[in-house]
Amino acid sequence: MKTSANKRNSTTLSQGESIGIVTPQYIDIDTPLRLDCGETLDSHTLIYETYGTLNEDKSNAILICHALSGHHHAAGFHEGVKKSAGWWNELIGPGKVIDTDRFYVVSSNNIGGCHGSTGPNSINPKTKQKYGPDFPIVTVSDWVRSQALFSDKLGIDVWAAIIGGSLGGMQVLDWSTQFPERLKNAVIAAASPKLTAQNIAFNEVARQAIRRDPQFYEGRYFDHDAKPVNGLRVARMLGHITYLSDDMMAEKFGRALQDKESINFDYDAEFEVESYLRYQGDRFADQFDANTYLLMTKALDYFDPAKNFDHDLSKALATAKAKFLVMSFTSDWRFSVKRSREIVKALQDNRLDVSYAEVDAPQGHDAFLMQIEDYIEVFSSFMNKIET
Amino acid sequence: MSIHTEINPIRPDFQIISDWIKPNSRVLDLGCGDGVLMNHLQNTKQVQGYGLERDAKNIAKCIDNNVNVIQMNLNDGLPSFDDQSFDYVTLSLTLQSIKRATELIDEMLRVADEGIVSFPNFGYWKIRMQLAIGGKMPVSRSLPYEWHDTPNIRLCTVKDFEAFCHKRHISILESRVLNNRYKSTFKQTMLPNLFGNIAMYRISRN
Repeated sequence: MKTSANKRNSTTLSQGESIGIVTPQYIDIDTPLRLDCGETLDSHTLIYETYGTLNEDKSNAILICHALSGHHHAAGFHEGVKKSAGWWNELIGPGKVIDTDRFYVVSSNNIGGCHGSTGPNSINPKTKQKYGPDFPIVTVSDWVRSQALFSDKLGIDVWAAIIGGSLGGMQVLDWSTQFPERLKNAVIAAASPKLTAQNIAFNEVARQAIRRDPQFYEGRYFDHDAKPVNGLRVARMLGHITYLSDDMMAEKFGRALQDKESINFDYDAEFEVESYLRYQGDRFADQFDANTYLLMTKALDYFDPAKNFDHDLSKALATAKAKFLVMSFTSDWRFSVKRSREIVKALQDNRLDVSYAEVDAPQGHDAFLMQIEDYIEVFSSFMNKIET
Repeated sequence: MSIHTEINPIRPDFQIISDWIKPNSRVLDLGCGDGVLMNHLQNTKQVQGYGLERDAKNIAKCIDNNVNVIQMNLNDGLPSFDDQSFDYVTLSLTLQSIKRATELIDEMLRVADEGIVSFPNFGYWKIRMQLAIGGKMPVSRSLPYEWHDTPNIRLCTVKDFEAFCHKRHISILESRVLNNRYKSTFKQTMLPNLFGNIAMYRISRN
């Protein structure tokens, strides 16, 4: 019954194939969910995708937790949609790091999201109108409790692993202490045990950009047939800068001009980096909901598991039991290596099984989404040791 | 651990370390490489603990060997480990490349009751001959680098290390000196600084 894949790809990067076409599913959870803010969702819906096959004793299930602007579509493609690769398609698939030939991979969109799970665009059963800005502020712990109910529905008592990067990594950390018996392995990439003042400051600027957009209408823009597109654009542009490193931007764009030989002395997107940020902002504003963005940044700001334990992270993680892999990236200045070291120290203090890789990579915070040799190698080794 | 990836035969110096360590101890292995020593200690002495390693390529290998590994630079000391939180800290054939060697040995004996240190003995007669007769910086199996690209910047002899311990009030609880076949014979016992290729010490602050 116990199997452990000892195969190591001789080539360091996983050359697996894509999982192919995937179709999202919905699940209704009727158990009331009491939120940290005091409100209760009597029922809620989650949208999710699955990749691979659940084995007979349900011991090969892996849960993926997404980041700030992520969603349930982590791998594969959506039928008939161009450029629809999942956000972690590089790492999830047959023969890839998270190998769908071995594992049954589940990826859900958190509540408060705007991709199909209950959120600000859902109908409030009490008012029969869209929640909009009245959707309660949710926390990382709320998401984990929602996912625990989701696990019950799927009939999965214990996850072989729960995996996430950035905000998703925080969710994994919360899982490991809130439901220590329900996961055997925890993978946390590019995360932090809490936001710094600088992190919160960036989030606040993003929120202000949205909230001060004249099209925001106190969050009820949909009633006015409007959308705070400009605010969302600026929020995303700002966020995007924090996901890259100075070196990476220098290498990618430098001071190169966009489709022109010389400067024009005007305010068009003259430098390539300006054009790139505008493109990222536009694309994001088309796809993302402003109220959801506000909620997600709040969830980030509020995350602080040590708060109720005399600000002692080691005490906060005392209930954890899983085996951990923590990974950080040297050029990540959004959640620097120091933040990951804090997580590792707290796990060490509790004498837990933990391995830690500090990956030398220039890509900044977004490195966790990419195929970086040392990262892939460590991650694969850890995944290969997971018994199913 | 259900999977034993025991590597046979284990290097004799690792076996000596294993003999020195009490079962079920907590061990921190500094510069753990691919994790072979920790894996051996886990399998033979049921120890718990972590390997610390700087080289990215070794992190995956440690995980393959079922060793919990923390990627970090030993020149930064051991700030993430509390006082006396381990039974042993081991430093196997790594001392010679540590920039702040004094501080690291202090750190070892802060974090654990006992330290186990092994290093290539620069007093070994073959090394002395290379310098004295050949007139060149010694190159050997345990010190394979040329002078210009060697990471080994803290070379010392058996006498040097023992004087260092004496000066810093570190007790030597046990020691072994091995020849180039990792064996200890009459010669190594009688004239360790001349015939010892590898020196091994179990030390304590008490």
